[in-house]
Amino acid sequence: MLIKNPILLMLLIPVFLLPPVLHAGLTIEITEGMEGALPIAVVPFGWQGMEKTSPVDFAAIVAADLGRSGRFKTLPQKDMLSMPNNAARVQFRNWRVLGQDNLVIGHARETGSDRYVVSFQLFDAFRGEQLAGFSFPATGRELRGVSHRISDIIYETLIGEPGAFTTRIAYVTGEGAGDNKRYKLQIADADGYNPQSVITSREPLMSPAWSPDGLRLAYVSFEHHGPAIYVQTLRTGKREKLAAFPGINGAPAWSPDGSQLALTLSKDGNPDVYVMNLISRSLRRLTKSYAIDTEPAWARDSKSIVFTSDRGGKPQLYRIPANGGKPKRLTMEGDYNARAVFSPNGKTVAMVHGNKGVYRIALLDLSSGAIRILTKGSLDESPSFAPNGSMILYATNDGRQALLSAVSADGKVHQRLVFDSGEVREPVWSPY
Amino acid sequence: MKRLNRVVVLAFIISTLGACSLFKTNGQDGAGDGTSGPDADGVTTQGIEAGGEFMGIETKGPGGSRDRYQGEKPWNDPQSPLYNTVVYFEFDSSTVELAYENLIATHAEYLAAHPDLNVIMEGHADERGTREYNIALGEQRANGVAKMMKLQGVGDVQIKVISYGEEKQVAFDHNETGWSQNRRVEIKYPQ
Repeated sequence: MLIKNPILLMLLIPVFLLPPVLHAGLTIEITEGMEGALPIAVVPFGWQGMEKTSPVDFAAIVAADLGRSGRFKTLPQKDMLSMPNNAARVQFRNWRVLGQDNLVIGHARETGSDRYVVSFQLFDAFRGEQLAGFSFPATGRELRGVSHRISDIIYETLIGEPGAFTTRIAYVTGEGAGDNKRYKLQIADADGYNPQSVITSREPLMSPAWSPDGLRLAYVSFEHHGPAIYVQTLRTGKREKLAAFPGINGAPAWSPDGSQLALTLSKDGNPDVYVMNLISRSLRRLTKSYAIDTEPAWARDSKSIVFTSDRGGKPQLYRIPANGGKPKRLTMEGDYNARAVFSPNGKTVAMVHGNKGVYRIALLDLSSGAIRILTKGSLDESPSFAPNGSMILYATNDGRQALLSAVSADGKVHQRLVFDSGEVREPVWSPY
Repeated sequence: MKRLNRVVVLAFIISTLGACSLFKTNGQDGAGDGTSGPDADGVTTQGIEAGGEFMGIETKGPGGSRDRYQGEKPWNDPQSPLYNTVVYFEFDSSTVELAYENLIATHAEYLAAHPDLNVIMEGHADERGTREYNIALGEQRANGVAKMMKLQGVGDVQIKVISYGEEKQVAFDHNETGWSQNRRVEIKYPQ
C-alpha cells in the first residue's frame, strides 16, 4: 500500500507538509459531571503512514467527545494495561479488571496522497462482543470529522439516542473597545475546533439562527446605522438582506421546514411578531398589541409560535397559532420569562427565567406548565438545544467576562467553554 | 398602556410650558439635569468629541436665542445647555423621569429652531434580560424621548430612532452602578 518508489515518494513529500494544527478557539471544561456515567476505554489508534504519527489523535478526540457529553467516564491512557489496535490482541479480562464496560480500538492507514482509511470497533468488555465497527475513507481535512462520526456511533450504540458530535455551533464575539471594537459571527465544530468568522463588523451583530438544513445563517447586523436581517449561505459567503424596515428588524426564527421566517419588526409603531414567506417575501403580521412582542420561536409541528410579550406588565411567554389568533399566556411563575426555544422533541421550551434580579436558564414543560431551573449563574441567557436534545448551550457571565456554558437537559452535567479572548455570546447549536 | 399615557401627558405638559416661556430652561447651565441622574461621572461624554470643532461663529435661532448657542456645534461645548445629551431610565422601564424634562425641552427647542438639523435617538438597555427584548426596550425609551420632542415642535424627519439594546454598553460593572449608566437614551448630533 505504501509507495515504494523513492521518486514518487519525494514528489509526495510536499503533500505531507500538513498545515499546522488548527488553533483551538475554545476549550471545554466539564465543571460538574454525572453520577453513573458509563466507563469506557478509548485505546490510542494504530497508525500506518509516511509520518511517524497520525495527523490527528483519533482516540483523544473521541474520548473528549464522549467525556463532554457527561454520559461517559473515559479511562486515562496512563491507566491502560495494554493498547491493542486489532481485535485479535484484545484481552477482555484486562479491561474488566479496570472496570471498563466498553472498549474502543481502531487504526488509521494512509492509502495515498491525502487519502486515509480510519477503522474502529466498539466492544462490550463483559461479553467480549463487538457492538459496532466501521471503516471510513477520508482526506486529511476530514479526519477530525471522522473522529466525531465515530463518537456519534459509539454514543448512539450505547445510549440509544443519536450523538451530536459532528454538529457545529455559531456564536457572536466582541473584541476590543471603543473605535477598535470588532464584532464577529463565528462558527466552530461542536468541540470548539476550526473557528471561522462568518462576518466581522464594527457594529453589533446579533441573533444568529441556523436554517433547518444547516446551510445558512440568518442574523441581525447594525452595519448600516440600524438593524437589518440578513441570510447568509455559509459555503459561499453570499448573503441577502431580508428586512431593513424603519425601526427594529430582529429576532429571526426559521420555520421547521425552512420556508418561512418569523421576525420582529416595529415599522408599524411598536415591536410585533411578523412572518415572512421566504419564497414570495410577503409579510404577515402575527401579533398586534401596544406592548413589546418579540423573540418568536416555532413549535416543532409548525402550528404555533411562542413569543415574549410584556402585555401583562412584565415579559412573559405567550403562544399564538402560526396562522394568527388569540395568544395564550404560558408562564405564570417568576418576574421574567423570555426568549423561548423549543426542545427537539417539542415537549419543552428552554427560556431565560428571571426572578428577583437573577436570570437563569429554565425548562418549561408545555403540558404541565412546570418550570425547572437548570443553571446557577445570575446573568444566563440565549439557551440553544443540541440537535439531539441532550445539552443546552447558553451564554453566561462569571463576573469578569462573558462566556459560554452548557448544561445537560436534566441539569446534572455542567460545562464551561473557555475562549482565547474577548467576550462570547449568543451561542446556537446547528441542526444535524 | 399606562406607561405610554404617562409619557404623552408629560410631553403635553412640557410642550405647554415650552410654548408659554421659551426660555424656561435658561437657568440650566452645564451642570443641569443631565448630570443630576444616577451617573454624574462623565458618562454623558460617551461617543462625543468635545470642544475640538468650536468655531466661534454666532448663529441666530428664531426667538432671539442667539446668546445661548454659540459655535457651529454647540452640543460639543461643555458650557452649552445642549451638552447634556443623555436621558437615564429605571430598570425595565421606558418612562421618562420628570428630572429630564428640562434637558429634553432644551434639545427640542433647539432642534425646532433648526429644522435642517437631524439627530439620532439611540436607545440602550442594561445587560439584564434577553438581548432582543432589550432591543425592544431601548426602542421604547428612544421613542418616548422622540415623541416628547416632536410634541414640542421638532419635525418627524429630524429624529431617527435606533435601538442598540444591550449591545453598546458604556459601563461594565455587573451591578446597579454599571446598569444605571447603560439604561439610557443618547441624543446624537452630527459630528
